[in-house]
Amino acid sequence: MRVLTTLLTPDEGSARVAGHDVVSDADEVRPLIGLAGQYAAVDETLTGRENLVMVGRLYHLERAEARRRADELLERFNLADAGDRVVKTYSGGMRRRLDLAASLVGKPLVLFLDEPTTGLDPSGRLELWGVIKELVSDGTTLLLTTQYLEEADQLADTIAVIDRGRVIAQGTSDELKERVGGDRLELRADDPEQAEKAAQVLSDLRSGAPMVDQATGRISLPVRGGATVLIDAVRALDRAGIPISDLALHRPTLNDVFFSLTGRAAEAEPEDEAAEARGRRGRRP
Amino acid sequence: MTVRELVVRPAAAMRHRGLAPAVSDTVVITQRNLLKYVRVPTLLVFSTIQPVMFVLLFAYVFGGAVNIPGVNYKDFLLPGIFVQTAVFGSMQTGIGLADDISHGMVDRFRSLPMARSAVLSGRTISDTVRNLLVVLLMTGVGYLIGFRFHGGLLFAVAGILLAVLFSHAFSWISALLGLTIKDVESTQAASFASIFPFVFASSAFVPIFTMPGWLQAFAKVNPISLAANGIRALTLDQKTAHFVLGGSRWTHVWQALLAIAVMLVIFVPLSIRAYRKT
Repeated sequence: MRVLTTLLTPDEGSARVAGHDVVSDADEVRPLIGLAGQYAAVDETLTGRENLVMVGRLYHLERAEARRRADELLERFNLADAGDRVVKTYSGGMRRRLDLAASLVGKPLVLFLDEPTTGLDPSGRLELWGVIKELVSDGTTLLLTTQYLEEADQLADTIAVIDRGRVIAQGTSDELKERVGGDRLELRADDPEQAEKAAQVLSDLRSGAPMVDQATGRISLPVRGGATVLIDAVRALDRAGIPISDLALHRPTLNDVFFSLTGRAAEAEPEDEAAEARGRRGRRP
Repeated sequence: MTVRELVVRPAAAMRHRGLAPAVSDTVVITQRNLLKYVRVPTLLVFSTIQPVMFVLLFAYVFGGAVNIPGVNYKDFLLPGIFVQTAVFGSMQTGIGLADDISHGMVDRFRSLPMARSAVLSGRTISDTVRNLLVVLLMTGVGYLIGFRFHGGLLFAVAGILLAVLFSHAFSWISALLGLTIKDVESTQAASFASIFPFVFASSAFVPIFTMPGWLQAFAKVNPISLAANGIRALTLDQKTAHFVLGGSRWTHVWQALLAIAVMLVIFVPLSIRAYRKT
């Protein structure tokens, strides 16, 4: 990230951003990019507006143009009311929004976000995700680094998984999830002794070998076909008269992908478990 | 249209090069730094209280024990106080840079199409402006306790300018410390530890001839002595200046200017190199 934003000269290799070499054409790269850092790089002792005007002036906008752009961005990022307050008084989420606004002053072609939501509470994170999605749909190219795999899933079209400095997998979110084997249907028979029978009833739906836990009555079987599988499963079990207490279609998360690629869990678990529950869940009525 | 065609905007790229944008960037950064001093008045208050304490300490506590023939001690002391104030004040340069590095401001600046030199020049200029104000304040305090300019208005202005110029040169030393250490508290500690021996083993507060020989050897070439004597040559009347400092008035002024030039020639390139590496 620091190499691509011209902050650091690479030891070896080369990189191009928007067609310009980051080492030999660094002066051409800088006007085209925006960078928002992990540690919100805004000046605490200045107001939000002063921060944005300063950045605008450093992009060599005319004074009036820099002011206009600052107003525009404050409005867009919901900071208009706080614009004349010193940044020290801002909440963490407001600071990140201002940082992001500052990175957009120069209307960048390529936006670099280095762990944009690290340390934010869940509502601050969702808010920032909304803004970022909007930017991307407006046509900005975004390069994002994150430790939160959920965040990559939400915001990224293409994901590169980096473990200990090496790219270990690359692709869209769906492609990566496909690699760990698609969806799994998980259920529990009320009577553990009926678990084996339930697995047999569902054998038409499965796409691989089921796992049955005789002690608890838990069954897990790989399936294809999405949500309709749930309906078929409920019908089949009802017909066979097997009462169950839990039924869920589990879609793999990027955490599962990371785990299966590296053999260990992602280093930073998302704090927000609620946002993790993405599998469509069904319950027997 | 390919991405490349969309991206190549020669007019936009040209605007970021050359002297005019570099000057404008320096002005923006200078304004930003000065605004910070206004916003955090405690910083300004405490950085001015300290030199005032030094004036009072030396004028009334130690001053009675210092007897310099042929000159009123307060007239001798105040130019030394100007230099001490300027040097202590210039330490803020490194502290400010370390603060900007640790808060990610330097990363922000470096990702912008601004002149790379502006972060350093804007910082040293804003600290020089602040030092000018503090030296003027010290002049006022000096007048209250009996200090006077004896060389006329022009020499008085030249004396103050010399002190401020010296603070600017010291700002570049401080910049190098801040850029190398990168941590506010450590920079602060390192600055004061390295500056103390220079300030006290000099002619800033007492004449050198009372010091042991080995210390005199150091104090004579100490840039702080050279600066203090250069200012004295301008604030004392010619006869007193000759009696206290020896030699011609202009020799002392030139020596002070030479010390400033040498410091700039060494530390400006070193600081710029350190900035490139951060």
